[in-house]
Amino acid sequence: MAAGIRDRVAILGMGCSRFGERWSDNAEDLMLEAFNEALGDAGIEKSQIEAAWLGVCLEENNVGKTSGPLAQGLRLPYIAVSRVENACATGTEALRGAVYAVASGACDIALALGVEKLKDTGYGGLPSRTRGVVPDLWQPNGSAPGAFAQLAAAYQAKYGIKAEDLKRAMAHVSVKSHDNAARSPKAHLRNKITIEDVLKAQMIAEPLGLYDCCGVSDGAACAIVTTPEIAKALGKKDVITVKALQLAVSNGEEAQFNNWDGASIKTAEVASVRAYKEAGITNPREALDLIEVHDCFSVTELVLMENLGLSDPGRAPFDILDGRYDADGAIPCQIDGGLKCFGHPIGASGLRMVYEIYTQLLGRAGERQLKDVDIGLTQNLGGHPHQNVCAISIIGRLGA
Amino acid sequence: MQSGRTAVMCAFPFPLLERTKVLPMSTPKENFGILGVGAYLPRLRLDRATVAANHKWMAPGLKGLAKGTRTMANWDEDALTMAVEAGRAALTQARPGDIAALTVASTTLPFDDRLNASVVCSALALSHQINAMDASGGMRAGSSALLRALQAGQSAVVIGTERRIPTPASTTELSYGDGAAAVVVGSGEPVAVLRGAASAAEDFIDHFREAGHDGDYGWEERWVREEGYGKIIPPVVKRALEAAGVKAEEIDHFVMPAPLQKVNQVVAKKLGIRPEAVADALFEVCGDTGVAHPLLMLAKTLAVAGPGQTILLVQFGGGCDALVLQTTAKQIAGGDPAWLGGGRTETNYLKYLSFTGQIDLEWGMRAEMDNKTALSAAWRSEAMVQGFVAGRCSKCGTVHYPSSRICVNPACGATDTQQPHRLTDEPAKIRSYTCDWLSYKQCPPFMFGHVEFETQARVLMEFTDCDPGELAVGNPLAMTFRIKEVDPLRGFRRYCWKAKALRQNGGA
Repeated sequence: MAAGIRDRVAILGMGCSRFGERWSDNAEDLMLEAFNEALGDAGIEKSQIEAAWLGVCLEENNVGKTSGPLAQGLRLPYIAVSRVENACATGTEALRGAVYAVASGACDIALALGVEKLKDTGYGGLPSRTRGVVPDLWQPNGSAPGAFAQLAAAYQAKYGIKAEDLKRAMAHVSVKSHDNAARSPKAHLRNKITIEDVLKAQMIAEPLGLYDCCGVSDGAACAIVTTPEIAKALGKKDVITVKALQLAVSNGEEAQFNNWDGASIKTAEVASVRAYKEAGITNPREALDLIEVHDCFSVTELVLMENLGLSDPGRAPFDILDGRYDADGAIPCQIDGGLKCFGHPIGASGLRMVYEIYTQLLGRAGERQLKDVDIGLTQNLGGHPHQNVCAISIIGRLGA
Repeated sequence: MQSGRTAVMCAFPFPLLERTKVLPMSTPKENFGILGVGAYLPRLRLDRATVAANHKWMAPGLKGLAKGTRTMANWDEDALTMAVEAGRAALTQARPGDIAALTVASTTLPFDDRLNASVVCSALALSHQINAMDASGGMRAGSSALLRALQAGQSAVVIGTERRIPTPASTTELSYGDGAAAVVVGSGEPVAVLRGAASAAEDFIDHFREAGHDGDYGWEERWVREEGYGKIIPPVVKRALEAAGVKAEEIDHFVMPAPLQKVNQVVAKKLGIRPEAVADALFEVCGDTGVAHPLLMLAKTLAVAGPGQTILLVQFGGGCDALVLQTTAKQIAGGDPAWLGGGRTETNYLKYLSFTGQIDLEWGMRAEMDNKTALSAAWRSEAMVQGFVAGRCSKCGTVHYPSSRICVNPACGATDTQQPHRLTDEPAKIRSYTCDWLSYKQCPPFMFGHVEFETQARVLMEFTDCDPGELAVGNPLAMTFRIKEVDPLRGFRRYCWKAKALRQNGGA
């Protein structure tokens, strides 16, 4: 049995562009913004990077196909660059490539960069594509909020919770993220909102209203990784390492077999159990100082609290309303604003989550800095509740 | 060649002789006839008073027709989807194992060249080893197809279906309706047999419609009534009655559509048919459903007729068809059929115009989504998509939609064990749902969700003919064949099965 990735790879530097409607910027600008920050943070020369992974999900026609856009945008010196795509979990997938490359000993320093340029479609929400091959012949072409709204219907039915009570807990999720984003300078949506705003908002896919849905943004985030030994040799005193990196992918059971309740993210249950084991965590409720989860919709964040083992089944709405995941709660969730408010440039999101954990661990989070941060978790989800890719990372101090 | 041409030319000088000739009936086989009937009316019923009110400023005369409702196809219904639903209903009553022919008759089939009947064939899960054809050309396409099927002596399904798009503010916008009806003929225990028939072909143009266009052009109504209905129908009926050995006053049910108000009553009087025998032309419920209408009225009549009764079925248009049918001891149970009831009154005329494509609303950029169907993918998925055929694992029984190579049951995992399993008539219920206002749909909100079938098969499906308030976890569903996507760029449309709320009356 392999020992896993715990403490074998250190994060040497990270960068994250400002997220938002970057009307005047190309993907190249976003990539450079994140990369220059990371390179400065790492304190190395570009020529020291031996391999790179580029994460782009939907906008490959815009950013460009293959790994070329990264190599060309950054003028990387003919090194190995791979492009990866795993739906909304693309960013974590890129990190996984770089981390595994270092852990394998194949290279000393590797780069992971995720980018998405979504705001050239002419409308809100995600871009749509030509439809006419086999899955399109029968699958409903609902929107992403439509797909995630299914969780709410099934959750209500399973736990017998009233629609208005569930909606109120969902509203709390969004209000909390807006509060946090107000203290997050690079976030897309930094306005504060009220519970009433959420409840009264325009309906997108019942019961998800406008404020139950995350921002659609342009942005990029990146990480430069190496071994803990090299990080120390390069002068890093506070070495941040990867404790776990897990990926679980639906095999069709949720969609087709009879063992899924429709009110949970099964891949998150599987991946979190494996991640806690890899990180040596026996009680995540005690161990985790903060979490960044895939809050594409408020109800997604809600059910994830249960699927990550942080709330008991059926209790997430009550824990949320009790403030357990607020900035001053037991396990702050989306302290940077999350997908909801920091924004969701798909390929960048997984790396943005890691960036926030890293920033908090190094005490660089400014107004939103949390106390006593030693370990944090990110959960990045691609696809729809019944068929998806779930990536989890656990990041902490070396030895923590 | 030469002799054939001579024969045609010889026949030409004697048209009157041809028209008065009584067609000899072969001896009727008592065990061959109509085995089952079915009909389908769209759930939406357009309120005629609303339509008339919208046109009052320029056509106040429409007020005379402004009563009751007419059927209105939903955005995802067309002549083809309605044909499937009518066919399913008829095949529920009788499904002979030796069906040799399928005819889909209509003047409004969605494709001029793509056999519409073969789409219906796969949706109805009929054997592909049959002769399937589309029949068109006028209002008698359905009645003539039925007559030929009854005379052919082999098991067959005949479906009449129509979804006409009349010109706004025309009288036909009010008097026409959308619908379909199907008849299964064959050997066994028929509910009715053919006793006699006659036809006439006449280029009497009461109305016409150019190929590829919507909207009829019609001549003065008084002329149509007097010179058309009044003079063309009676001699044909007389020949049919003579062939059947039946007198007009013996007719128990006079089944004749009345696209012009009360024209059926006038013809009945002229023929000496008892007024009480005149079947309701269903103006109040659905309006005239064109090619489908004689079959639709027949479906209703057979549901209420007693044993040993005589039915005269007449359809006018480019001449006339007259069929004399006699019911047998075997009856269709239940009186007024379920498809007549239910329905939801629609009072939004602009919505109707949007559904018929007569106004072009601003649907936003999401509606620009390209729906180019990969025809190669459509062909290899035909049974899965149009037949709603899932795969049932022969080892553990798990039902998969779509079927797959490896069983999804983690305790099984068998390879290549899945057998065809049709989900069209399997009880199902809602597991989760939403009303999606973001994605483009011709009738928002887009309702879809996870559906669980009795076999525990799970499928993410579109909901149609539902009101948002009818969606709740656990609610029962029925499957219905509908348009999946329309590709206006290439003039193509594709179909699939959707789920609709299962209501008490079983129909709309």
